[in-house]
Amino acid sequence: MKLKLRIWRQSSADAKGRMVSYELDDVSEDASFLEMLDVLNERLIAEGDDPVAFDHDCREGICGACSLVIDGQPHGPQAATTTCQLHMRKFKDGDSIDIEPWRAGAFPVIKDLVVDRSAFDRIIQAGGYISAPTGTAPDAHAVPIPKQDADAAFSAAACIGCGACVAACPNGSGMLFMGAKVAHLGLTPQGQPERATRVLGMVAAHDEAGFGGCTNTGECAAACPKEIGLDVIGRLNADFRKAAIRAA
Amino acid sequence: MSTDLQSRTAARPAKRAPKPTGPWRSNIGLKIAMAVSGVLLVLFIIVHMAGNLHVFEGREEMNAYAHGLRTLGEPLLPHETVLWVLRVGLIVLAAVHIWSAVVLTRRSLAARPVRYHSRKPAKGESRHAVATMRWGAAVLVLFVAWHLLDLTFRTVNPVKDVPDAYGAVVATFSPERWPVTVFYLLALVALGFHLRHGVWSAVQTIAGPDTKWRKRTQAVALAVALVVVVGFAIVPLSVTFGLVK
Repeated sequence: MKLKLRIWRQSSADAKGRMVSYELDDVSEDASFLEMLDVLNERLIAEGDDPVAFDHDCREGICGACSLVIDGQPHGPQAATTTCQLHMRKFKDGDSIDIEPWRAGAFPVIKDLVVDRSAFDRIIQAGGYISAPTGTAPDAHAVPIPKQDADAAFSAAACIGCGACVAACPNGSGMLFMGAKVAHLGLTPQGQPERATRVLGMVAAHDEAGFGGCTNTGECAAACPKEIGLDVIGRLNADFRKAAIRAA
Repeated sequence: MSTDLQSRTAARPAKRAPKPTGPWRSNIGLKIAMAVSGVLLVLFIIVHMAGNLHVFEGREEMNAYAHGLRTLGEPLLPHETVLWVLRVGLIVLAAVHIWSAVVLTRRSLAARPVRYHSRKPAKGESRHAVATMRWGAAVLVLFVAWHLLDLTFRTVNPVKDVPDAYGAVVATFSPERWPVTVFYLLALVALGFHLRHGVWSAVQTIAGPDTKWRKRTQAVALAVALVVVVGFAIVPLSVTFGLVK
């Protein structure tokens, strides 16, 4: 299939970027979106040009490295799918496709389509952990957890930290990511000791990084490749309210 | 011998500590302030809407209701005491609501310094909110200013006699002053969209997580928006079309 690509090219963090057009003639429908970019890059390298920089790692949809806004949609048009699991058969012959990086002040562009997502690491450092005693692993049934809580915690733990929620949010907010972590750790007995300090610390780190606030439009949940729901933001709000009142 | 550790550059000096801002100045803290003040303002709006319906009982009943608001709490309390307590409360609520909204909006705009080249239409749960909340708020602020000048202070109303609330309503929505009615209805549309999102969004912000209850509060928000818009709109429409004279 033939494709017309418009890709954000920016040579360095400080350089001014722009959309650059490329045409690809012979793209296989069975190629993944990233393989299609690999083909483009092979051609660019052969022509002596700088290849397009983009983040990728496992290409199995579980690592959260790939991060492309395709035609204005983080991870592209297919719901509940990361960029690496998106295939060219979802596009039509002759399509023109816009490819941009995540856009957020807290995610500065490093090069082309690669952004610095260490703001998420700082949020995790501020509370995304539990204190576990060392020693041999306890028996799996030593701490009973209600099935409902275990299921909800597991759904929230599906978050791969890719940042599509921030990229989709009209406010550039990281609340869905933060809510997923607060729900995942706060629903289990192991996460209780840090529950209050976790939410206060993470929210402070989130705001400090320059993410915006939540307006409950739901764009994040619609873009999330792991289908994390808006309920985690409600849980984040409730945990925050309780912790902030107790801290006051 | 490895030279890795020796060649590692010293850690960068810690950035200047940000000025301490308590949890209530955070994005969620301000959002809770916006939600609480918003819910209380919605309660006022529902009471206001219900009170307006006295206009259908005629001039005497409507003016007696207006008089009753000024003499509420008498003779225990001086004239207009309760009214002014309520007014000051409303002013504080509006100030908190608008101030938190302005701070959060500024932070949101700063959070995306570079815009996307291609944008797809919103596909979230409350997709209309992106387009209606902020512009709608601006319309509502302008409307409240006009509304106070029109029906509270009577600056722009032909009926200057304050106790004649009925006469002021009939005069301002008379057919030859049709732009007033159109602006009133336009502000109601903005209010309707504002409540349709704002009511469930406030509940999600204050109360928390449950997905089942979120769907229910979304239905309640739509019902509140419809009842408020219809309840307010029938008054000017009745005057314009001669049902109330």
